[in-house]
Amino acid sequence: MANFLADAVVYLAAAVVCVPIAKRLGMGSVLGYLLAGIVIGPYALGFIGEEGKDIMHFAEFGVVMMLFLVGLELEPAAFWRMRKQVLGMGSLQVGVTAALVMGIALLLGFTWQAGLAVGLAMAMSSTAIALQSLKEKNLTHTTAGKYSFAVLLFQDIAVIPILALLPLMAVGAVEGHGEQHFVDTLPGWQRTLVVIAAVAVVIAAGRYLVVPLLRMVARTRLRELFVASSLLLVVGIALLMETVGLSPALGTFLAGVVLANSEFKHELESDLDPFKGLLLGLFFMAVGASINFELIIAKPAFILALTVGIMLLKTGVLVGIGHRACLSFDQRLILGSSLGQVGEFAFVLLAFIAQLRILDATWTDTLMAVTAMSMTITPLVMLANEKLVLPHFGTLEQEEKEADEVDVQHKVIIAGFGHFGSTLGRLLRANGVESTVLDNDSDQVDLLRSLGFRVFYGDATRHEILEAAGAQHAELLICAIAPESAPTLVEVVHKHFPHLKLYVRTRNRYDTYDLMDQGVLNFYRETLDTSIRMGVDVLRDLGFRAHTATRAGQDFRRYDIAALKKLAGLRHDKGAYVAGARESIAEQEELIRGDAAHDPGHADHAWNSEEMRNVVKRS
Amino acid sequence: MPRILILFAHPRLEKSRANRALASRLPAHRNITFHDLYEQYPDLNIDIRREQSLLEAHDMVVLHHPFYWYSVPPIMKQYFDLVYGFGWAYGPGGTALKGKHCFHVLTSGGNEQAYSVDGFHGNDLHAFMLPLQRTATLCGMHWLPPFAVQGTHRMSDTDLAQAADRLAAILLGFAEGSIDPDTLGTMDRLNDLTTDRR
Repeated sequence: MANFLADAVVYLAAAVVCVPIAKRLGMGSVLGYLLAGIVIGPYALGFIGEEGKDIMHFAEFGVVMMLFLVGLELEPAAFWRMRKQVLGMGSLQVGVTAALVMGIALLLGFTWQAGLAVGLAMAMSSTAIALQSLKEKNLTHTTAGKYSFAVLLFQDIAVIPILALLPLMAVGAVEGHGEQHFVDTLPGWQRTLVVIAAVAVVIAAGRYLVVPLLRMVARTRLRELFVASSLLLVVGIALLMETVGLSPALGTFLAGVVLANSEFKHELESDLDPFKGLLLGLFFMAVGASINFELIIAKPAFILALTVGIMLLKTGVLVGIGHRACLSFDQRLILGSSLGQVGEFAFVLLAFIAQLRILDATWTDTLMAVTAMSMTITPLVMLANEKLVLPHFGTLEQEEKEADEVDVQHKVIIAGFGHFGSTLGRLLRANGVESTVLDNDSDQVDLLRSLGFRVFYGDATRHEILEAAGAQHAELLICAIAPESAPTLVEVVHKHFPHLKLYVRTRNRYDTYDLMDQGVLNFYRETLDTSIRMGVDVLRDLGFRAHTATRAGQDFRRYDIAALKKLAGLRHDKGAYVAGARESIAEQEELIRGDAAHDPGHADHAWNSEEMRNVVKRS
Repeated sequence: MPRILILFAHPRLEKSRANRALASRLPAHRNITFHDLYEQYPDLNIDIRREQSLLEAHDMVVLHHPFYWYSVPPIMKQYFDLVYGFGWAYGPGGTALKGKHCFHVLTSGGNEQAYSVDGFHGNDLHAFMLPLQRTATLCGMHWLPPFAVQGTHRMSDTDLAQAADRLAAILLGFAEGSIDPDTLGTMDRLNDLTTDRR
């Protein structure tokens, strides 16, 4: 136990120290984790030695989880819109790069299996680094940015069949894993059947079992139970896949795609994201710890040459593809420089290659070092491209103003779709304003989705959920969640999305005061309009003219809001000791006193011929 | 037999002696529909379709209202703007009101003398009603002279009751066909119409 705690402290401390430093230096978190791994690894501080490999095995689960999330991100509709770029450019990039690297590898005397495996590994780019850099430089919406995304998407998907194919290329029997899966005892055709059946089970269960189950869990309103279910889902599928001898990554990826269109998409995403982040971090640390520095120190020139060579080759292929897709020269350079590195998937593939003994350890160690180095250099290359190369061509594409193709974002987010929020949403919709809806009542979500609303299950007070719902692109957020939670939501919005205009439903005067203290300007007491409307109808029933009663109601409403603002100010003067029930009574008294002074007919003589007649008579 | 639609508009009827007197004595007749606009649309948001079909179902439109600032109360202007639509009441294909008869029943605080060329307002009532007349004739309606109850500030309850009875008799005469709106000739006010009691 003490050993476990000490290990945990070493890993966490290394991450906490190194990742922020790496981010500061503009290198991204992946490099930060690698750096942390190197620091605690056997070649620096030596906190961890050989057990790094065991941890890596455990941390590979982060990759499985990442692929589940990749699948979840992959809305079939969005994929369909980009199919040409994804399939066309993506396959070209992976195919040509892998073929060229394999050719060189064969010249160096590799077996064809090793050559192909290395080629595929080197074809991978770093999603984390490329997307992050494009975003920081505001290039996401340029053609090069879109094509980069398409190529990365293809690579993400390609990893799955590659992981499934690698074992077939293993030359000898795989050592280490002594256990035999029951599937291995079956004859070939039965094995195929089992595999197909397992995939079918994942798809069918995703559609007909998981969603109702999640709905049931969601109904308990216990958040940790939902997190547990999400983990159970991923771990369960991974186990099933492993049992039938398939890649766990493939299984979870499939499950992710199946669930991508369900209402739980955002909730699953945000619940699993920290686990994915931590496990991937652990994975990269383990990779860092296992980089063989003796090798690098022994022949630094060789490693450097290899790194530069591979990056030049990758960039060259990308520029060529860009040329074929009729991109302008500077766009081609952006595409090439942003995707020119070897990415984190290469670590995954190389680790797997080493495990399967397709290639000897010296080479995999060398290539891991190359990968790490290329990732380190990428930000520098992009910077150089931007500062030194592009200015000479001077045709940097203007940012396109057209709508983002990847995902439709609505301007309005409605948090809470109960009776209040849904009425509001219907009103907006009837007037052609579509909104993204968040609600944490799964029955409600289910119903609304069947009616064609874009509704997601999730707790709107969590900033990840808001982000997933597109809060950074929205203009306005309507808060119609339970009044107890409204202050939390307001706080989160003020902190993370200060540009959002907030419209908040409140229950009574008291939660309104709290929101006013938080600086909310648009608040709507749900009791106010209803009681006034009923009052107007009662007045009519008692014989008041409809128009007179309506005006009286509107007048009273205006007066009551003014009184609320006045009392909100007074509340602070009175100090904290008048609180609770006493405050309520004192305030009722103040209100009723104020009502007596308020004359609804004051200054209103319109259409009052009685009054005129009296004046005329007197004259 | 002509069907009559009375469009009534008073934003504060509870404070109006004259209009209460007139409205309370309107004849109950199957050909006469009394339609209280402020009571139907207290927020002034008029149901256009409903009002148009109501107009289509009648042959004579009576606009009953006090005369405020030389014009109609706000909801009646709103009514013209919303209900007398382009392509329905006027413009190409706008023939829904064509051939109907139309007149105003109005009350004013100032008396007939005040509404004359030599009087306080410097013009007679017809001059002030010109925009209303044009509105009706533009929609192809036959404009009839107004029934005006004027000088209400100084009228006694008996005077008002008399005026109300007179209005009731005229409306009944139209509703039963005993008065032909096309043979009124040049008449200044409907008040001058002789209604022979049968």
